[in-house]
Amino acid sequence: MSDIQADIKAQNRIGEAGFGDYVQLLKPRVMSLVVFTALVGMVVAPVGLHPIEALTAIIFIALGGGASGALNMWWDADIDRVMKRTAKRPVPAGAVEAREALALGLALSGISVMMLGLATNWLAAGILAFTIFFYAVVYTMWLKRSTPQNIVIGGAAGAFPPMIGWVAATGSISLESVLMFTLVFMWTPPHFWALALFMNSDYSKAKVPMLTVTHGRKVTRTHILVYTIALIPVAIGAAFTSIGGPIYLGVALVLNALFLIGAWRIWRRPEAEAEGDKYRVERRFFALSLAYLFGHFAAFLIEVTPLANRFAASIGWSF
Amino acid sequence: MALHQDHELHTRRWGRNLGVGLTLGAFIALVFGLTIAKVQRGDSMQAADHTYRPGLDPATQIVPEPAE
Repeated sequence: MSDIQADIKAQNRIGEAGFGDYVQLLKPRVMSLVVFTALVGMVVAPVGLHPIEALTAIIFIALGGGASGALNMWWDADIDRVMKRTAKRPVPAGAVEAREALALGLALSGISVMMLGLATNWLAAGILAFTIFFYAVVYTMWLKRSTPQNIVIGGAAGAFPPMIGWVAATGSISLESVLMFTLVFMWTPPHFWALALFMNSDYSKAKVPMLTVTHGRKVTRTHILVYTIALIPVAIGAAFTSIGGPIYLGVALVLNALFLIGAWRIWRRPEAEAEGDKYRVERRFFALSLAYLFGHFAAFLIEVTPLANRFAASIGWSF
Repeated sequence: MALHQDHELHTRRWGRNLGVGLTLGAFIALVFGLTIAKVQRGDSMQAADHTYRPGLDPATQIVPEPAE
């Protein structure tokens, strides 16, 4: 064996990260949700941005979200290692060192906030900075391991992107942006608790005080139903603002009816039945929750098209 | 034993270097594009932008009369 080969093998054992590993640190699936909701918030705003400004804003809002994901992976490496769902993340898998995740998270946080401020305005940048702080410090470092209400309050971090998109375009916070925030905020608990119902063993092993662990599944099922009922007026109410319209109202009515039926089924189900079919209803509800959020924001987008405006005018819609 | 240039480690390093390079290139292009967009729209700017500023012109300064 040559010296070079020996060197290569030695370095291989250290586990040098590939570019994809750093991308994984940014939680690309979460980033896609951030990009979509921020884009909708920006597009439905009454003020238009220059396309380059809009592109820059979206990229750095997404990178800000990614930065908070990297900080989350840095802090949570110990519990990620224990949970089956997260064990293959770059830090617990050994592909990236925890301090690299921290450095990347901090650097991207600074760059994304500065660039968003320069591209659009400093209010949007300030909310992005607060979002990163909220997710990395308030949720990850504090709430996640200390209270079963962790995802209720921590859900705010995921709810800010549409508001940031709106503020980036308009420079101010208004009712519409607050409604988009509230929609995501109220949607988060049923979405995550449905996941927790069929991934409960993961959270138990990691000693994360999810509601399913601390209060049991029956209480969690009730919470899903209660939050779903509380979500409905927010989702439907948005139809009667400047970002809504008749098409949005139709979509919201259908999706909320389906969501309520799903939550009702989850609430009624005995635990033995759920275990018997491996949480089929809960898994379906989780999948539906993704379609629910996507459907509402897609409907917001449709409402800004000229065709939707003509349709609203033709039926005398005046909100 | 033959020395393999295309060891998996090299491939990974190449991919990482390429990724970083493309990211930096995209960042530069974005900042350049953003600058052009801002300048074309005539956003307010500071620093030495080669435009006439009356406030900086000594000829336009009002010098107070010395007290007698």
